[in-house]
Amino acid sequence: MTRYAAPGTEGAIVSYQARYDHFIGGEYVPPARGQYFENPSPVNGQPFTEVARGTAEDVERALDAAHAAAPAWGRTSVGARSDILLKVADRMEANLEKLAVAESWENGKPVRETLAADIPLAIDHFRYFAGAIRAQEGSLGEVDDDTVAYHFHEPLGVVAQIIPWNFPILMAVWKLAPALAAGNAVVLKPAEQTPASIHYWLSLVSDLLPPGVLNIVNGFGVEAGKPLASSPRVAKVAFTGETTTGRLIMQYAAENIKPVTLELGGKSPNIFFDDVWSRDDDFRDKALEGFTMFALNQGEVCTCPSRALVQQGHYSEFIEAAVERTELIKPGHPLDTDTMIGAQASNDQLEKILSYLDIGQQEGAKVLTGGHRIEYDGELAGGYYVQPTIFEGDNRMRIFQEEIFGPVVSVTSFADFDDAMKLANDTLYGLGAGVWTRDMNTAYRAGRAIQAGRVWTNCYHAYPAHAAFGGYKQSGIGRETHKMMLEHYQQTKNLLVSYSPKKLGFF
Amino acid sequence: MTSSAPRVELTPAAAELLLRLRGTHGPLMFHQSGGCCDGSAPMCYPAGEFRTGGSDVMLASLVVEGVAEPVEFWMSKSQYEVWSHTRLIIDVVAGRGSGFSLEAPEGVRFLTRSRLVGT
Repeated sequence: MTRYAAPGTEGAIVSYQARYDHFIGGEYVPPARGQYFENPSPVNGQPFTEVARGTAEDVERALDAAHAAAPAWGRTSVGARSDILLKVADRMEANLEKLAVAESWENGKPVRETLAADIPLAIDHFRYFAGAIRAQEGSLGEVDDDTVAYHFHEPLGVVAQIIPWNFPILMAVWKLAPALAAGNAVVLKPAEQTPASIHYWLSLVSDLLPPGVLNIVNGFGVEAGKPLASSPRVAKVAFTGETTTGRLIMQYAAENIKPVTLELGGKSPNIFFDDVWSRDDDFRDKALEGFTMFALNQGEVCTCPSRALVQQGHYSEFIEAAVERTELIKPGHPLDTDTMIGAQASNDQLEKILSYLDIGQQEGAKVLTGGHRIEYDGELAGGYYVQPTIFEGDNRMRIFQEEIFGPVVSVTSFADFDDAMKLANDTLYGLGAGVWTRDMNTAYRAGRAIQAGRVWTNCYHAYPAHAAFGGYKQSGIGRETHKMMLEHYQQTKNLLVSYSPKKLGFF
Repeated sequence: MTSSAPRVELTPAAAELLLRLRGTHGPLMFHQSGGCCDGSAPMCYPAGEFRTGGSDVMLASLVVEGVAEPVEFWMSKSQYEVWSHTRLIIDVVAGRGSGFSLEAPEGVRFLTRSRLVGT
């Protein structure tokens, strides 16, 4: 076991600055209105830095810098852009442990996750898009003997990116890597709940990027996010969050006739067929681990497997083992490498989860384990902790229909394949799903029948680059973590060329 | 409470916050969000900022003491289908942020609490 010291304390491997301004045009500049807001760690509720409170004036300044940088960056060779992304990845790899501790302290997630997943995945995403942009080709079509249609990829120009708080660095990288690879300049707004760790990342890599190519404006959604998302000076808006803000961003984009990509969450079913239980072997063990994945990242994942659908044949045995497995999840200090579940990211998130624990019980769902806030004494006092919780109930209950975004799973049983598909698709959303079976035909048919963008089959919560991620139904528009995201950050230029010297003969 | 209890109501703290926000931002509205991150929470906007349409339902026209006009509370129809057996109580908690909702810079967050209809 290792316990990392909190950033900025004695023995810490990383420190935050006392204050972060906006990063605009390659340098830090104070906010136009001179205001800052405190940034608390969810580990103990105590502020550890303060952050510029951006407004429309700061957004305009960042857009000026981005527009100044975009033309030259867009003309930079793909080899040169790719090389910069690779160097960013190398810098991150050399500082992986520091990045992991910084992000854990800001978000509250266990450091074993940032060490093993968040930061290694972010590094790999830069490398993936560094490779993808080198391999991307335009196309040509022979319309006839003398006429050729050439298709070129061109960058959009200046794009806006609004980042969520559940994976402050990885979600920023999901958006930054393809946008920068494709030759765009970016104005990025981190979540106001987790604005600081991206600045620590920036302190490691800012010298690698030409001034103005990446600009970061901090602040609240209404004060900084809105002027950015509604600006006619951005060519595209990328957002991860929830449905009402997603719709609002689409409305602003409609006014400017601009494209958006949106990732708006889900209520992902995790489906366990009877044959999972047919042998007591590694696969059964893996499936039980797959069930407990609802607690990963404290449940603050858009694809949290927050509905478990278990076939009736072995329902009791499966649930008994699943409860037992869930009760082995070790809560504790997020900077302890043995900790499996840390703090919820903010007080309002904690309150929202508690409100769902309340409504679930009012609706008659049965608590099989958990169900309460954890209040620690000592150094974790004042932090935002919740027990991993299993509800048993009915799919029409609100705890089965809404993203709680906490370590809460709602369990129900199904009779057969058709029943499973009906329950799985009885949701407004379609981001992720899990299917567990030893029968490959069942696995294939279920995977194709579920209306979701990602169906993990005999696995869950893997997020490798090169596998497309995005939503069906109300879960959003676009596909991240795949080379197809490059085209969400590109225009198509068609040159239609005649190689004939002869006139048409019309005039 | 009886089954005739309103579909949406405000706690005194929520009403007080609305009165303050009304002073700063003018007439207000709510749209209940779904989905991840700051989802499943009520978003408060200047009235008309969020365009409602045929896919939405207005659940309540909330009267706030000291505010001249009612504050409309909206939700998407599809979401209301799975929420219709519950009454909503709009409260306020200490918070850090919330999409583009107006109260976030004040260090607070609107929160939807729920009761079953008829309780």
